[in-house]
Amino acid sequence: MAKYVGARQKRVEDPRLITGNARYLEDVQLPGMLHAAVLRSPYAHARIDSIDTSAASRLPGVVAVFTGQDFADLNPLPCAWQAGGVTNNANTPRVLEIDKVTHTGMGIAVVVAEDRYAAEDALAHIEVAYSVLPTVVDAKKATEAGAPQLHENAPDNICMTWECGDQDGTDRALGASDVVIREHLTNQRLIPTAMEPRGAIGSYDPGTEEYTVWMTSQAPHVMRLLMTAFVMGIPETKMRCLSPQVGGAFGSKIFLYPEYPMVAVLAQKLGRPVKWTESRQENYIATTHGRDHQTDFEVGALRDGTITALKVTTYANLGGTLSTIAPGIPTSLYGSMLSGTYKIPHLHCQVYGVYTNTAMVDAYRGAGRPEATFVIERAVDLVARELNLDPAEVRRKNFIQPEDFPYEPASNLLNGLAYDSGEYEKALERALEQVGYREFRQEQQEARQQGRYLGIGLSSYVEICGVAPSKWVGLPGEGWGAGLWESANVRVHLTGKTVVTTGSQSHGQGLETTMAQVVADELGIPIEDIEVKHSDTMSTPFGYGTYGSRSAAVGTIALYNSVQRIKEKARKLGAHMLEASEEDVVYQDGNVFVKGSPEQAKTIQEIAGAAAVAYDLPAGMEPFLDDTAYYDPPNCTYPFGTHICIVEVDTDTGRVEIKRYLSVDDCGPVINPLIADGQVQGGITQGIAQALYEFAAYDDSGQLLTASMMDYAIPKAEHLPHFENSHTVTPSPVNPMGIKGIGEAGTIASAPAVVNAVVDALSPFGIRDINMPLTPQAVWRAIQEAGR
Amino acid sequence: MYPEAFSYHAPSTVEEALALLERHGDDAKLLAGGHSLLPAMKLRLSGPTHIIDMKHLRGSLDYIRDEGDDVAIGALTTHRSLERSELLRGKLPVLAETAGCIGDMQVRNLGTLGGSVAHADPAGDLPAAVLALDAVLVAQGSGGTRTIAAGEFFHGFFETALEAGEILIELRIPTLAAGSGSSYQKFFHPASGYAVCGAAAVITPDASGNVASCRVALTGVSEGAYRATAVEEALVGKPFSEELAAAAAEHAADGIEPLEDYFADATYRGHLAKTFVKRALLTAWERSG
Repeated sequence: MAKYVGARQKRVEDPRLITGNARYLEDVQLPGMLHAAVLRSPYAHARIDSIDTSAASRLPGVVAVFTGQDFADLNPLPCAWQAGGVTNNANTPRVLEIDKVTHTGMGIAVVVAEDRYAAEDALAHIEVAYSVLPTVVDAKKATEAGAPQLHENAPDNICMTWECGDQDGTDRALGASDVVIREHLTNQRLIPTAMEPRGAIGSYDPGTEEYTVWMTSQAPHVMRLLMTAFVMGIPETKMRCLSPQVGGAFGSKIFLYPEYPMVAVLAQKLGRPVKWTESRQENYIATTHGRDHQTDFEVGALRDGTITALKVTTYANLGGTLSTIAPGIPTSLYGSMLSGTYKIPHLHCQVYGVYTNTAMVDAYRGAGRPEATFVIERAVDLVARELNLDPAEVRRKNFIQPEDFPYEPASNLLNGLAYDSGEYEKALERALEQVGYREFRQEQQEARQQGRYLGIGLSSYVEICGVAPSKWVGLPGEGWGAGLWESANVRVHLTGKTVVTTGSQSHGQGLETTMAQVVADELGIPIEDIEVKHSDTMSTPFGYGTYGSRSAAVGTIALYNSVQRIKEKARKLGAHMLEASEEDVVYQDGNVFVKGSPEQAKTIQEIAGAAAVAYDLPAGMEPFLDDTAYYDPPNCTYPFGTHICIVEVDTDTGRVEIKRYLSVDDCGPVINPLIADGQVQGGITQGIAQALYEFAAYDDSGQLLTASMMDYAIPKAEHLPHFENSHTVTPSPVNPMGIKGIGEAGTIASAPAVVNAVVDALSPFGIRDINMPLTPQAVWRAIQEAGR
Repeated sequence: MYPEAFSYHAPSTVEEALALLERHGDDAKLLAGGHSLLPAMKLRLSGPTHIIDMKHLRGSLDYIRDEGDDVAIGALTTHRSLERSELLRGKLPVLAETAGCIGDMQVRNLGTLGGSVAHADPAGDLPAAVLALDAVLVAQGSGGTRTIAAGEFFHGFFETALEAGEILIELRIPTLAAGSGSSYQKFFHPASGYAVCGAAAVITPDASGNVASCRVALTGVSEGAYRATAVEEALVGKPFSEELAAAAAEHAADGIEPLEDYFADATYRGHLAKTFVKRALLTAWERSG
């Protein structure tokens, strides 16, 4: 009997977060700790001719100043996920750059001082001679003749040219279509903006030659591997990595950044711990950005709305150098989902990964899937528009049907994996019914008579979660070169109190609650008896961390499997204690008893005690209830749903007001509806923000114009509607709990719903597309130009 | 986020503050609410070596007083006090309305009228209201006090008629003629909350429904807040109508080169100026009588 799973269990993390007792990186104070500040290039493209640190070194409080030369023996950071099957002309940052910078904000020197003020003061006294070079910030322009060249090994600034699907078949199908619609889409550059900026603390023990690095990371085990084996050339066993409380990430804290090995090496050089934390401005110019695609697509359809083919060409801006998994995002995680929820028989996608003089671009909540969903959901609406069909009807006509699963899309990227399960039409119908679709169309007509412009937008998405199967990601040539399985350890201590450790990492998801809910129900113990621990390489089994909505569908399944083995051992021991035959006893709700005699039970607490005391165990049984599981799923999971947005556009100013926002998501069984709602609402918020507010603007010289929260429009409560969230439940056949994942769904679904709604509102003007973000100016201008 | 080192002073009288200003000259900055100064210091865009904190002057410069023909407001009166003042809501409602549009509650609880006006941010809200209300600003220097008409006060980007060594201590605002209506209409920047365009209007009708007098001022559009006199001239003496307001609003940016940035170019800002002046006029008229 599930008591906790499915309940709106309050988060066990929240009391410490709300009362200010959570220990973030900035709260970690080590004896004798020094403070580092990084000198960052003000130029987007320049040669470094000379650096003079002598004046800065002499300032009071300054302990040492280092430049890139001091770290020349370290390797550049690795790019761990390259685009599969093609050559990647990889260029990655160094701990500090030595000769050249390719975007503003690259570190070129570091001051270490007794306090942060002294370190910051000294930055202004470092003399750097730069030879400023011409810049290019636009990915498409960067590939054109005459563009400034960023890297010798990347002609025309192209890191990689990658494709998927069937080009000839797609061209033929387009040729045979009744209509072919072409459109250009911008998926603008975004800044992830976690509430807590990044930081790291390094310390070194000269006796054991061991490093300890605290960092704001989503994946401490991976960070340790990359820092030691790839950058520093030391055994990974000589480093311990910890993430204390991490205040949000949205993907931006998956990656290895230069400052992390830097603080480790500084601590070793100086014999004292060294802390570096970034300011918000550094966060905006030197932490990764997300998205930044320019896409041209052609979609073919028959008169009845049947989609025949989709052809996509995308220029993906990767920034000045490659971040840790940058090339994997606009390729594997993008191309694989371009078919969306639809049976598209022919599909081809070509992607150019391009260097420009901008901050590195890597995974940002959704990572590739929001970009893919935006293309297909805009394309479906354009088909409906062109053929004068209802957009809901075109979706229905093309949906992959429940009996089609497992369904492998024509992008043919999943190495034999396929969409697991789905009832796409059910989610759509529920959303349409809840919103009152037909009634809205009537209201829309009446409003137009009064000069008011209302619009409705649909987005029927599917995404890929639980990015883990080593069969896919570990495939040689796929570019990762590693599996992404996940781990868990469960220990039931002598009193029955239980400690769970996971290779996943919680930075806002509430894993300490949801994982405890699963263990509590499975073991049949109170949730208060469970501690979930994570984010310390010394005390957790090796794992790959949290991203890609994988900690429920992968990390929690590892835990689930581990608990099953614990239960089986407890059952056997319980049988022994009851002097009954193993075959006759069952484990139920924390008790082991002979079938039919629950009153004569041994509790899990009694059994745990017996396992720990161990004077009377069955022959061959090891003491203690302790199990470690490594879970490598056979497939990814594929959550889906339909989101609907209703907007009103003020045609005088171009301002868009969201009147209603409704979501029907299907992530399989929900562990904690409270947390799932939070994930969906936060995700929708970020998608709405992309559609209407956020954009990272660079000028032509590579200066970030939106380098503070005064200019970069993070959404605020006043920008958002009341969310109407609900679920359908279609279990995944992939894992024993049927879980699919919910962390990114909101972000993936929402931007196209909003854009489709605005375009629908403005259809009387003949407007069929406006590029994101739909700022008031962009919308107003589209109306002006349509009127001409 | 780590400012340069500075010396901190907290004088208890205006005279002490003036003496500190005289001693430290350009190296000194007055600190009122601090919402513009402190971020600039943290970003190291501003590095005063002396901070003169006005907090002990609140006792003498934080007031809203009915003085008959005028309302006198101390320079250290917070936005929140303006927003909540029953006196202002009754007599100068547009000032309360404008103050209520500034930032968020935390900002309004600390930010001050004098600080905002003396800082003269081109996108600040209060300068528009101060112009539309034809306020008189009182500055104190070592030689005593002098008054400056609002129309003479704003000189473009963060520039005012205040001279070095002067402190803005009070605003005196003439009570509106009976039957006047007023309004502040603002287009909020989605990131900063500042005015991409803000329009303040005060209209007084005569007995026959004509516009007897009218003042219109804009912020966010140009290098500093300004009176849109061409709009005013197009209205005065004429029977008010929506068409008249629209036609008059077309002059909102006459002679102005609108600011341009990544969020709003000059054409769009010029259009917003007209749109928001029209909205301010219609609302002010609706509230008149």
